[in-house]
Amino acid sequence: MDITIAWRNIWRNPRRTAVILIAVVIGIWSMVFMGALMRGVEVGMIDNGISTLTGDLQVHSRNYRNDPIVENSIREPELVHAALSKVLPPGAHSAFRVRLNAVAGNARHSAGVTLVGIDASAEKAVSFIGDAVTDGEYLSESDANGILVGQELLETFDTRLGRKIILMAQDADGEIASKAFRIKGIFQAEMKATEKQFVFVSGSAARKMLKMGNQVSEVCVALPGHRNSEAVVADLRRELGTGGEFEVNTWRELLPVLNAYLEMSNSFIFIWYVVMFVAMGFGLTNTTLMAVFERMREFGLLKALGMRPARIIRQVLIESSIILMIGMVIGNLLGILSVLLLSNTGIDLSDLAAGVEYAGMSRMIYPVLLESDILVSNLVVFVLGALVSLYPASKAARFTPIQAMAQT
Amino acid sequence: METIVQCRGIQKKYMQGKVEVRALDNVDLDIAKGEFVALAGPSGSGKTTLLNLIGGLDTVDAGKVIVDGENYAELNGAALAELRLHRIGFVFQAYNLIPVLSARENVEYVMLLQGVGTAERRERSRMILDEVGLENKYDRRPSELSGGQQQRVAVARAIVSNPSIVLADEPTANLDSKTGEGLLKIMREMNEKKKATFIFSTHDKMVMDCARRLVMIQDGRIAR
Ligand SMILES: Nc1ncnc2c1ncn2[C@@H]1O[C@H](COP(=O)(O)OP(=O)(O)OP(=O)(O)O)[C@@H](O)[C@H]1O
Ligand SMILES: [Mg+2]
Repeated sequence: MDITIAWRNIWRNPRRTAVILIAVVIGIWSMVFMGALMRGVEVGMIDNGISTLTGDLQVHSRNYRNDPIVENSIREPELVHAALSKVLPPGAHSAFRVRLNAVAGNARHSAGVTLVGIDASAEKAVSFIGDAVTDGEYLSESDANGILVGQELLETFDTRLGRKIILMAQDADGEIASKAFRIKGIFQAEMKATEKQFVFVSGSAARKMLKMGNQVSEVCVALPGHRNSEAVVADLRRELGTGGEFEVNTWRELLPVLNAYLEMSNSFIFIWYVVMFVAMGFGLTNTTLMAVFERMREFGLLKALGMRPARIIRQVLIESSIILMIGMVIGNLLGILSVLLLSNTGIDLSDLAAGVEYAGMSRMIYPVLLESDILVSNLVVFVLGALVSLYPASKAARFTPIQAMAQT
Repeated sequence: METIVQCRGIQKKYMQGKVEVRALDNVDLDIAKGEFVALAGPSGSGKTTLLNLIGGLDTVDAGKVIVDGENYAELNGAALAELRLHRIGFVFQAYNLIPVLSARENVEYVMLLQGVGTAERRERSRMILDEVGLENKYDRRPSELSGGQQQRVAVARAIVSNPSIVLADEPTANLDSKTGEGLLKIMREMNEKKKATFIFSTHDKMVMDCARRLVMIQDGRIAR
């Protein structure tokens, strides 16, 4: 009967109920939708970070990350190879790379770049470069003098496909080696910084130029579904021995800024929930308070008849909860629907790309729904919603029959 | 005859701005079980105040109220509410009913609060509505009932759980005289059939004539 009464009371003033409902619906919708967008940004940033060259994990020689020079290369890549073949789950891919600082130059310009010597086919499976060549061709397996440069570098160097670029870097003997490469392909990346920083040549050409024998700078691994990198890293560390020769890191360790952002992002989302709720909560309290004052006589009557204050509070809370729940159902449906609608097309941020890129975000955002986000936002609304209704409810419980009767 | 209401030396003051108003001034009143009493007096004489004190809706400044063996001074708020719920029926001048509930649900709701089971609630609410002449009107909402019919529902609700006393503050004030007379007749019937004590206030001569006992109040004192 309590629920029947609550239900009828809710529709006593349909307009007011509609107002509360709309507030709750908008609140939940925006929490779900904005939450999904923020998650989408996160996923985009992770994908970006991982696919740009980081992969899910990397193996280096002990000192390479502090001092990325030829001397700190992995001297026995076979050991890593053997360990990988034991540890990696099916579906994982790995690529061995030379990765060193170099200076690129042509007749008019020069710039510091990162020289990446890649195993053309293996690299395709772990990083973006395999699909990024928009003009010209990708490297062949043991390309002797082909080089891939980014669109941005091409423009600053004022050069084009087929032209030469000279790379200079310190070789294994400590001498400055230099070699001319011919621009074989032009690549585009999510971020202009990437296009400017990296140049790609074949691993064999890089090793030959730098007299590295069969050494590599880093081994990059991509795991299926970006999952379990911690577990695989632990296995690899065990397999590669505690001798201290190798260092194995997850992408979280390799991209500390991104990792810090992701950790903060959870708090952002939560703050967003709270902000939304505060806006909603005020409306909720106010409207409920109005509704309660309008029914002062009724509560006074019930109290005169012997109804306990606790029961009056319960009655008001049941009414608020029903409205909250209806609003939550509609809000969730709308939120999920709008996420689904956008999850294929995504949101194109390229107009804002300059600012966006600065923040390390991708140009396209595909909203991502997490069950835990939906759960938390609903919980926030329901619990806080019930809490803010407590105030009007306790008001209702405090009306005395005399007060109520005095109100003619 | 067993005394059901005993008032001794009741004082009740109100502040109206800075002026102190003695709403009740040293009132003694005994009412026996089964009586049908009218409190009569001009407007502002203290009828409502007295009924509120007897009903445990307000507290005395001095003196004591004993209803059905319970001294109100010894009861806390929760105990008073419990007493009102089970042993006192109320009929007010207006706004007696919960607007979203039908006639029958209004009667059932107090029984629900009293902890009466569903089947018994249905049965008893129907019977009592029949007794006050509202057969066929069970499912009407208050807004779909006339003033007189609404007051009858209130009487039905007040009487349904066989309370010790029924307090009615100007139950006929909003009714025309014929409807008022009908309501009084029903109250009288209930008084006889259920052996419930009725105390009601009025300033209507016709209603006073219906009472078996008339208590006159003037300026907060019982006048004889
Ligand atoms: N809450 C209150 N605050 C201040 N004064 C009050 C209050 N309630 C009653 N009074 C005063 O107490 C006196 C008695 O009031 P009461 O309502 O008991 O009279 P009444 O006989 O019921 O009058 P009526 O026939 O108009 O209903 C009046 O002077 C009234 O103004
Ligand atoms: Mg009065």
